Amino acid sequence: MAETAASDKTAGARSDVTKYFQSKTPKSSVASDSLFKALLYGSAVLMLLLLGGIIITLLVESIPAIKATGFSFFTETVWDPVFQEYGALAFLVGTLLTSFLALAISIPFSLAIALYLGEYFREGAFSALLKSAVELLAGIPSVIFGFWALFVLVPLVRSIEIQLGVVPYGVGILTASLILAVMIIPYSASIGSDVISLVPAELKEAALSLGATRYEMIKKVVLPYARSGLCAGTLLSLGRAIGETMAVTMVIGNSNMMPKNIFSPSNTMASIIANEFAEATDTVHVSSLIEVGLLLLIVTLIINLLGSYIIKKMTLEQ
Amino acid sequence: MESPVLRVENFSAHFGEITVLSEVNLAVQHKRVTALMGPSGCGKTTLIRCINRMHELIPDAGVNGKILLHDDDLYKMNPILVRKKIGMVFQRPNPFPTMSIYDNVIAGYTLNGIRIKKNEKDRIVEESLQKAALWEEVKDRLHKKGTFLSGGQQQRLCIARALAMNPDILLMDEPTSALDPKATTHIERLITELKKNVTILLVTHNIAQAGRVSDFTAFLYLGELVEFGTTEKLFTVPEDKRTEEYLSGKFG
Repeated sequence: MAETAASDKTAGARSDVTKYFQSKTPKSSVASDSLFKALLYGSAVLMLLLLGGIIITLLVESIPAIKATGFSFFTETVWDPVFQEYGALAFLVGTLLTSFLALAISIPFSLAIALYLGEYFREGAFSALLKSAVELLAGIPSVIFGFWALFVLVPLVRSIEIQLGVVPYGVGILTASLILAVMIIPYSASIGSDVISLVPAELKEAALSLGATRYEMIKKVVLPYARSGLCAGTLLSLGRAIGETMAVTMVIGNSNMMPKNIFSPSNTMASIIANEFAEATDTVHVSSLIEVGLLLLIVTLIINLLGSYIIKKMTLEQ
Repeated sequence: MESPVLRVENFSAHFGEITVLSEVNLAVQHKRVTALMGPSGCGKTTLIRCINRMHELIPDAGVNGKILLHDDDLYKMNPILVRKKIGMVFQRPNPFPTMSIYDNVIAGYTLNGIRIKKNEKDRIVEESLQKAALWEEVKDRLHKKGTFLSGGQQQRLCIARALAMNPDILLMDEPTSALDPKATTHIERLITELKKNVTILLVTHNIAQAGRVSDFTAFLYLGELVEFGTTEKLFTVPEDKRTEEYLSGKFG
């Protein structure tokens, strides 16, 4: 009996609350709510339209080149605007070669920094300094990196080439990869240290309580746990390396030839566009450069899709 | 009676300026369950973390006094070696999510880089899981991830992982505090079963649990060991007034 009375009371209170809120929700605020919703929806749709618009523009502008060169655009290595020959394979190779080489050079360093900041020394003056240095490095405009590479890396690579007895250009795939590696380290290192610092303390304690040293704990517990996040960071960096234009253009040597080795001067998809677009007057030339842009976009999309697929698969396996 | 496995002598612990344990004396007997009980913040968890030298991993943490395992001073040994000899089970089940059930049990060996033969591994895994009363439930899916198990099963997996190393003493830090009543009963029954072979030091804030499973009980309050004796005596005729008040629920 007493219980029913109590529940009646609460029901009464609840309907009072409902009434109060109904009285406080006049038509104007309902209208502003739906306006807000429309605004959000509109922004989302606008983003999709922009992406679609970019792809369509590139496609439409590429049509003259596609008509002139057809499929040989992707298989030919000769790019000679004077003779109207346009084959983009050398640039595709140049892009993939510089990006993956840069990734390979950067991984040991970024992993070391990530472990240092995320696991070994999370606090302290030196960590704070390193952290802000990494962030600053990420914010430096790429043209500055290009300058630094011209003044420091080019002579360095040239002296290596002299030592090895290859033609000492100084500029080329290796130089571009080195500067790309420097540019992507901040990204993968800061994502990596965030991911590593998210490994639950309980798991680390479990490993230590079994008599593991810190190194064994990192190798067998921390890194496997952080694996998918570390891969995500690496792929994000790869995406950046593929699209990076300015610094690469300054040190890659701008040679429209298939690279013979890692010292060869070359061109990437981004650098050929930066180099030739301003001077291209011929319709097919302009259109071919736009088609290179389209190819660059497609490669970036493929890398991104592949990346999210790998991450999804790894997360599921855990 | 045999000499105690572990002796804590005039032991104090602190974080920076704050003293968490002062002048604790305690002996843990061979193949017995010793319970450490007391209200939150009384230092019971700190005490067992000092025993396997996990306390010192926190910056500013420090200790005074002695803890002897048989006759060796733990604080004169290499902490890595100490942790191999002293197993620990944590408040929340923490199996390694990247490893299978099998790999979790054998993790103590792989983590330490100890190489053993496949059939030896199989034997250790089966034995440890059997000791932890988990074998029957998981024997068909040893190579699946341990994270798909229920909370209670995960905790028994963690017990198996600790037992696989053949520890001299097993520390259990409120092992049932994250579990439901049914899983708790299961673990308590397991503890009673385990003491036939293993020496156990159990931290609990659950008075009834200490009463149910332990042979000896220590009551810690505000970093001080108020009373230590057989569970039977401590629960029936406590000497200290504070123990009596705690047991009767006046604070806690």
